[in-house]
Amino acid sequence: MSPVTRERDSRGPRDPATGTLLEVEDLTTIFHTEAGTVHAVDRVSFDVRPGEVLAIVGESGCGKTVTALSIMGLIPRPAGEITSGSIRYRGKDMLRLHKDERRAIRGDRIAMVFQDPLTALNPVHKVGTQIAELILAHRDVSRKEAWRRSVELLKLVGIPNAEERARQYPHHFSGGMRQRAMIAMAIALDPELLIADEPTTALDVTVQAQILRVLLDVRERFGMAIMLITHDLGVVAGVADRVVVMYAGKKIEEADVHTLYGNPKHPYTWGLLGSTTRVDRPRLEQLAQIPGAPPSLLSPPPACRFAPRCAYAQPLCRREYPELRPVSSTEHVAACHFADLDGWEPGLQAKELASRQEEAVS
Amino acid sequence: MSVATEAAAVPQRSRQELVRVTDLVKHFPITRGVIIRQQVGAVHAVDGISFTIRKGETLGLVGESGSGKSTTARLLLRLLDPTSGQVELEGQDITTAAGSQLREVRQEMQMIFQDPYASLDPRMTVRDIVGEPLMVWNRWRNGGAMQVAELLERVGLNPDHASRFPHEFSGGQRQRIGIARALALRPKLIVCDEPVSALDVSVRAQILNLLANLQRDFDLTYLFISHDLSVVRQVADRVAVMYLGKVVEIGDRDELYRRPVHPYTQALVSAVPIPDPTKERKREHIVLGGDIPSPVNPPSGCRFRTRCFKAQDVCAEQEPELVDRGHGHPSACHFAEPMELIP
Repeated sequence: MSPVTRERDSRGPRDPATGTLLEVEDLTTIFHTEAGTVHAVDRVSFDVRPGEVLAIVGESGCGKTVTALSIMGLIPRPAGEITSGSIRYRGKDMLRLHKDERRAIRGDRIAMVFQDPLTALNPVHKVGTQIAELILAHRDVSRKEAWRRSVELLKLVGIPNAEERARQYPHHFSGGMRQRAMIAMAIALDPELLIADEPTTALDVTVQAQILRVLLDVRERFGMAIMLITHDLGVVAGVADRVVVMYAGKKIEEADVHTLYGNPKHPYTWGLLGSTTRVDRPRLEQLAQIPGAPPSLLSPPPACRFAPRCAYAQPLCRREYPELRPVSSTEHVAACHFADLDGWEPGLQAKELASRQEEAVS
Repeated sequence: MSVATEAAAVPQRSRQELVRVTDLVKHFPITRGVIIRQQVGAVHAVDGISFTIRKGETLGLVGESGSGKSTTARLLLRLLDPTSGQVELEGQDITTAAGSQLREVRQEMQMIFQDPYASLDPRMTVRDIVGEPLMVWNRWRNGGAMQVAELLERVGLNPDHASRFPHEFSGGQRQRIGIARALALRPKLIVCDEPVSALDVSVRAQILNLLANLQRDFDLTYLFISHDLSVVRQVADRVAVMYLGKVVEIGDRDELYRRPVHPYTQALVSAVPIPDPTKERKREHIVLGGDIPSPVNPPSGCRFRTRCFKAQDVCAEQEPELVDRGHGHPSACHFAEPMELIP
């Protein structure tokens, strides 16, 4: 595998502690439907630092994909709309930039890998051509050079016989190969941020392991940050540096990966971790389960959205939305009224703490 | 540990076999030509597998897409006719059963499907969906309303919602409807084909708990098909691993996870991520190269050899049989050796 030769832009040092690459602040994305307005993403803030892997975790309908699409400017209009907030890339608010400036960032500095590579690739063009087109659209190179690079990229993501494969169509590729081709396309312009939306969900577990390795390899080689969107807490544990947990359109917890798994503070995070089946755990008589289903996002009440399913909910939770509050360290925040209480962890003690706090407040 | 403790309490009953599968083969022909049709090949979907399922247990069937899991399920229920081999239910050969005999035996076997959206008729009410098996079999008593209500209650649905249509329910609730339908005839065997794969994590646990409770209460036997090894560890008593139409390893659940001996099982176990960052980053990972080969021309000898990290010349020449190689359970590898992959 020969390394891809291409111009390296000036970028900051690959130190996750310095500066941020992308700042999402108070992002609200809504969809107008016949039934009413769906608040898919509701005042969500987070940032992505250079070179890190940030995981956004949540169940279907929690707003994780809509967050990614909002960043990429792919919210379909007029059905969908970003009604407030900002998405700043290296300090520039993409929602307020001129179209041309925006285009220089999206697709170039920020690239995306989708869940279903078959629908994301064009079935009537050769795989190599599709990657070459992308390079031609964004870089001043010859057609021949663009093709040469696309073959190199396919090699880089571990596609055997890349020259031959580049001349084939997407339907000739297996699911894993297609996802590799998608990654090759995403890294073609050497982006600083790669958004991967459930990149391994449609794949078998042995192929998932291959693709995750490719993602980590390209990050190692090119130093890009990865925003990984997934519902799989196992995948997150293996690859993420920091984790944002979303529920019903809200960010409900954020922490570095070890803190989130070792000392989670939101009852929803407890529920997710508790109800996950684990290959390293002998059978339990009963799995911990979260009762009910996620709420509708049509006009959600100004209350904790998890309260109806929460074992620790108090009247306070149904009255007032719990803003994010720092817990244990400043890097760890949770949106639960009780998250900052001493000894707040799953179990009977939490029930007592919550009811005591409720009395103190009311 | 409902099933495990029950098994210990009544050993003589749990030893009884409910299902015995012997040398089961299913080849789907590939034909060419319109006027003169001729067979030019075959998809070797299931290629000579044997296993048994004991009464009251759950046999987990794992493998990647294309390994033949779903075809096996369909053969078991005789939704497909096998090319050769036998499936016996309580000693009765169902592969040769026909007419009323087949109808009788089919009451004993039901299926829960993967997709709770596609497996329910959108134009039928819940009452009709759940009551249909009862009606078909003339086991419909007094309009059946009580029977349907009882079934719905049993799976955690509100019986007052019986006149609603599937689209009024969430994914998890729909899966409960599918389970109620499977339960209606009080079958002996339920084949669960990826019953929780389409569900969210928080709902998945509800359905897995429900299936465990129903098994205990109705003395059910499950064949549980899944590509997710973590789910299978929670539900199965024994596990069979399939690869390209063959069973490559079969054994007791904990034994198979703690000390898998077939390289494919080892790769599968090591590829399932553990939701614990410290453990997950420290453990050994076996990353297989390539994809599962085409079942039209499966590799000679051992079918896994093209992706195997232990493959030698003998693997191409000689097909390893599924026999106990001194590890306490059968495996189909010339170089089978236990490996601990879960910290």
